Amino acid sequence: MTRSSRATESGLPHDLSFEATIAAIEKRIEEAASDEDRAAAQAELERESRRVFSKLTPWQHVELARHAQRPRMLDYTSRLLDDFVELHGDRALGDDPALVGGIGRFRGRSLVVVGQQKGVSTDEKVKRNFGMPHPEGYRKALRLFELAERLGLPVVTLVDTPAAHPGLDAEQHGQGPAIARNLWALTRLHTPVFTAILGEGGSGGALGIAVGDWVAMFEHAIYVICPPERCAEILWRDPAKKELAASALRVTAAELLELGVIDAVLPEPGGGAHRNPDAAADVLAEELDRFLAGVDEGRWTLEARQQKFRRMGRWEDAG
Amino acid sequence: MAFLKRRRFISVIGRKSAVPPGVWMKCAGCNQPVIRTEVGANQWVCPRCNYHLRITARRRIQYLVDPDSFQETHGTIVSADPLGFSVDEVNYSYRERVKKAKEKTGLNEAMITGFGRIESTRTVLALMDFSFRGGSMGSAVGEKFCRAVDDAVRERLPVVLFAASGGARMEEGLLSLVQMAKTADAVRRINEARLPYIAVLTDPTTGGVYASFASLADIILAEPGAHIGFAGPRLIESALKVELPEGFQSAEYQFRNGFVDRIVNRTELRPLLGKLLRYLSTP
Ligand SMILES: [Zn+2]
Repeated sequence: MTRSSRATESGLPHDLSFEATIAAIEKRIEEAASDEDRAAAQAELERESRRVFSKLTPWQHVELARHAQRPRMLDYTSRLLDDFVELHGDRALGDDPALVGGIGRFRGRSLVVVGQQKGVSTDEKVKRNFGMPHPEGYRKALRLFELAERLGLPVVTLVDTPAAHPGLDAEQHGQGPAIARNLWALTRLHTPVFTAILGEGGSGGALGIAVGDWVAMFEHAIYVICPPERCAEILWRDPAKKELAASALRVTAAELLELGVIDAVLPEPGGGAHRNPDAAADVLAEELDRFLAGVDEGRWTLEARQQKFRRMGRWEDAG
Repeated sequence: MAFLKRRRFISVIGRKSAVPPGVWMKCAGCNQPVIRTEVGANQWVCPRCNYHLRITARRRIQYLVDPDSFQETHGTIVSADPLGFSVDEVNYSYRERVKKAKEKTGLNEAMITGFGRIESTRTVLALMDFSFRGGSMGSAVGEKFCRAVDDAVRERLPVVLFAASGGARMEEGLLSLVQMAKTADAVRRINEARLPYIAVLTDPTTGGVYASFASLADIILAEPGAHIGFAGPRLIESALKVELPEGFQSAEYQFRNGFVDRIVNRTELRPLLGKLLRYLSTP
């Protein structure tokens, strides 16, 4: 992917500080005078990306997960699906643009697809409330989960949200009960559910669509109980201690796999998903394909999902 | 959860109270001096203004359950430190905090589970205690609720929850978050066994506990004035840059919006629960 296509609306690229050396080599590739120079720079780029990304701190994972150019939900659906018919409304109160849902076609079959869309341009971000759903969004998701169950379609949920929207209207319309109802519904939904954490898995706002049979998480995505800044503020009254909080909270895919709360880590292309969204979408497509193949072979049961969540947690028995 | 500490000056939680155990205390509801023993005799509800003070899970049991009928279960399930949440730079250790909470409260965890009779109906009870780490839900709380539900399903008993929680427990990270799904799954088991599940939301019931098993009950009762909501008011204020309206996220607000069946005075809870449990167990 070229630099210009990663540039933001203002025309300025938003590279993170630790990406500077990678961006510099990319610039050289673009400006290379000969194929030979370009090939040499390409090889250097791969080496440098590996070097930088092999020693990322947990906080740098947080920055990558929130990267201005990180592919959004609709960047994945447009690559993953042959067609997508978006459906709107929760049939009670309204339609929530932060939570996108509809029917998708994937390799010759139909799926119900639901996910949070953060937005790319400033206008879209505002329209989509930065991917923070209201209760209407969770109820739209629920309505589509139930449709999937009735019609025997697998469900794919794509998670990328900082949080469920904290606001007056959201509270008035039952944000807590809406999320709770989805959790409950997903523990009994009699159809396969595949979940991918794309970027930010923000607390209950993420979990409300993430109770899946198979929860896969991109290598540089994060999944948190609370943003590290807020954790630092609450525990230590100092949001600046966010890096300490990011380490202590175990927010990375590798750590969460070890804790048994996700099922797979999806490797990202060199330099992160934002440097090659096509390759990232391919990884996701292959994972989904493997999941659906397992379903086709009769290896899916609802009980397995229920038991997986029943077992989650680590405690001690002092008795 | 800092906002939850606003009422600390009148707190009767735990053994440490900002107010010395004198004869008089100042009510946080009406700001008037009231006689401590009179408030205590009224189940820690102000006799002047009906302000409901926070009380411990042990006191709940005392007010609620038929004498000598409570048998605690799963009391040995305690928090581990699954993330090794210890940050030397700020001198913070989760293990140490849990140890202190145990010493302060005499509890093992933020939830007590057990069997008890409420006006003669045998019931499985789960009672949260805000004095233990803000009633926060980590792995141990989630597991205790699930095991209590297993008991109810096995013995075909109704489940009564008393919720009191600032939300999920930060120091167990995502393991705390997934307890929301795990406890929601437990509610599913109550439902599929066709057993009644009643939740009483007390001050406060917020965050991950509100957005999971606490709001999934068949019948939801709330104590007057209890703070009930998903997002913390301070977070909403800072996110929206607005002043919140008076009474926002109160039990009465939730009642008006249709999320609570009835607001019930503490002293009237026992007879109402007794009646509901009888009616629902012998239809
Ligand atoms: Zn009073």
